[in-house]
Amino acid sequence: MNIVVCVKYVPDATADRKFEDDNTVDRVGVDGLLSELDEYAVEQALQFREKREGEEITVTALTVGPEKAVDAVRKSLQMGADAGVHVVDDAIAGSDYLGTSLVLAKAIEKIKADPESVGAGAGGVDLVICGMASTDASGSVVPAMLAERLGMPQVTLASVVESQGDQVRIKRDNEGSTEVIGATLPIVLSVTDQSGEARYPSFKGIMAAKKKPLDTWSLTDLGLDADQVGLSVAYTQVEDTTARPPRTAGEIVTDEDGSGATALVDFLASKKFI
Amino acid sequence: MSEVLVVVDHADGEVKKPTYELLTIARRLGEPAAVFFGSPEQGDAVAEKVKKYGAAKVYVVDDAQIKGYLVAPKAEALQQLAEKTSPAAILLPSTFENKEVAGRLAIKLGSGLITDAVDVAEDGTTTQSVFAGNYTVQAKVTTGTPIITVKPNSAAPEEADGAATVEAFAATVSDVARTAQVVATQPRQSTGRPELTEAAIVVSGGRGTGGNFEPVEGFADSLGAAVGASRAAVDSGWMPHAFQVGQTGKTVSPQLYVANGISGAIQHRAGMQTSKTIVAINKDPEAPIFELVDFGVVGDLHTVLPAATEKITERKG
Repeated sequence: MNIVVCVKYVPDATADRKFEDDNTVDRVGVDGLLSELDEYAVEQALQFREKREGEEITVTALTVGPEKAVDAVRKSLQMGADAGVHVVDDAIAGSDYLGTSLVLAKAIEKIKADPESVGAGAGGVDLVICGMASTDASGSVVPAMLAERLGMPQVTLASVVESQGDQVRIKRDNEGSTEVIGATLPIVLSVTDQSGEARYPSFKGIMAAKKKPLDTWSLTDLGLDADQVGLSVAYTQVEDTTARPPRTAGEIVTDEDGSGATALVDFLASKKFI
Repeated sequence: MSEVLVVVDHADGEVKKPTYELLTIARRLGEPAAVFFGSPEQGDAVAEKVKKYGAAKVYVVDDAQIKGYLVAPKAEALQQLAEKTSPAAILLPSTFENKEVAGRLAIKLGSGLITDAVDVAEDGTTTQSVFAGNYTVQAKVTTGTPIITVKPNSAAPEEADGAATVEAFAATVSDVARTAQVVATQPRQSTGRPELTEAAIVVSGGRGTGGNFEPVEGFADSLGAAVGASRAAVDSGWMPHAFQVGQTGKTVSPQLYVANGISGAIQHRAGMQTSKTIVAINKDPEAPIFELVDFGVVGDLHTVLPAATEKITERKG
């Protein structure tokens, strides 16, 4: 059985994130890392493998992004994934949701068609796992788009994942309710940050990762043309990006013997909230 | 004038405020047509509501074949409706589920998708607030039918007369869309307080509550506010995840946001930074939340909040 975990290399949220002159996200000038929310996806993939002792299960970490994005795959390998694939091609830069999901879907199909080529085991791809959102775009739409493109059941935003045989059940928090969703493998699964703490790479894991297979693919390898993806053919266009002016410093008071509550209520009243 | 499809946000037929906000926005782009996924028996009642906000039509899509499966059937139904009506745009309230519906729909229609817009202009240009509210992005769909998910509180609902002609729309749901089954649904118990994402005032608590949310809840009730929580409070098991404000919870944009015992980590800021007025109470004068506030109190929430609650109740007397 093969599991593919989609991981994204994102600008560090604690760094000074910004845009390039062409209004795409600066993915090179700002320190990047494996998106925190994708660590939960890697974790669930590893747990899925660990719970099925005796079964031959290979976890492949897949990313699409510039040269440095390979760090996201490396981190996944250090955590315990077995193999990695990095799709890198200048023509992909600036892709929107549709372009990105297309490249990911084609890469998954390629792994499915020939798993041995990436060091994965035989027998198709039974599970595609994603994080609930990226920490940069926060769209939360790519997992659903992958399910649509791959024609696989969409089992997304899981806070709890359980499986037995080819049956998977998850718990999902919706707006007004909590739902249990059931489906039969193969599926596309996305997991939230409630699904379970992600492990840190061990020293042993870091050393072992260096010997794991890591493939680099271009668009040609996926049978895609440069004019099918990227900024120039994106279905959406960003016209302008503006840094939000910093909030002007507000009034800060220190509470002494109830003065804080009085000042607070006066402030709220002055703004007509009371 | 072309129709603009607006997916109705409702709980069991009870139309929610974001619907009216979307209808108001839709009128800038064309003629609003509400799309109601629900029981056909509730169609007329929904029409009565949306007609006051300019809906010319109400497409009622019987959800009997739809609600038992996750996301995919709704995307199919909207695709069929879009092919029939050739709308100028499709607007959905920005919930996790609707964003997923929109994502699948974008692929089906070969159309551009913009998520989490906080405004949409007459020419279809959207405004988004990104990078934890540090940047504002203007964007436009350039290919296909613009599909835009819009956050709650993005527009003030404006009344306008609409015909709200009810039309049943029979959608065909394929087998492949019925593969992720809703096995069980447990409705969340109502707190009696306003909905977090829709509320005009949100009062949140974090690690500093030490697990005691009574002062936060009491203060919220004195202001008629919704109650929220930071990830730290949710991870500690003090509040259910549904109350989490932040990147992996709800994004709120109320008139007033009061953060109590919340340090202001990036994860939290991403969910509240666009609030109009921000107030914080924290024991630590160095807490980063104070960089955002219009008004801050350095002090213990366990004493400040009950005292403030009492004063507000007195004033309202």
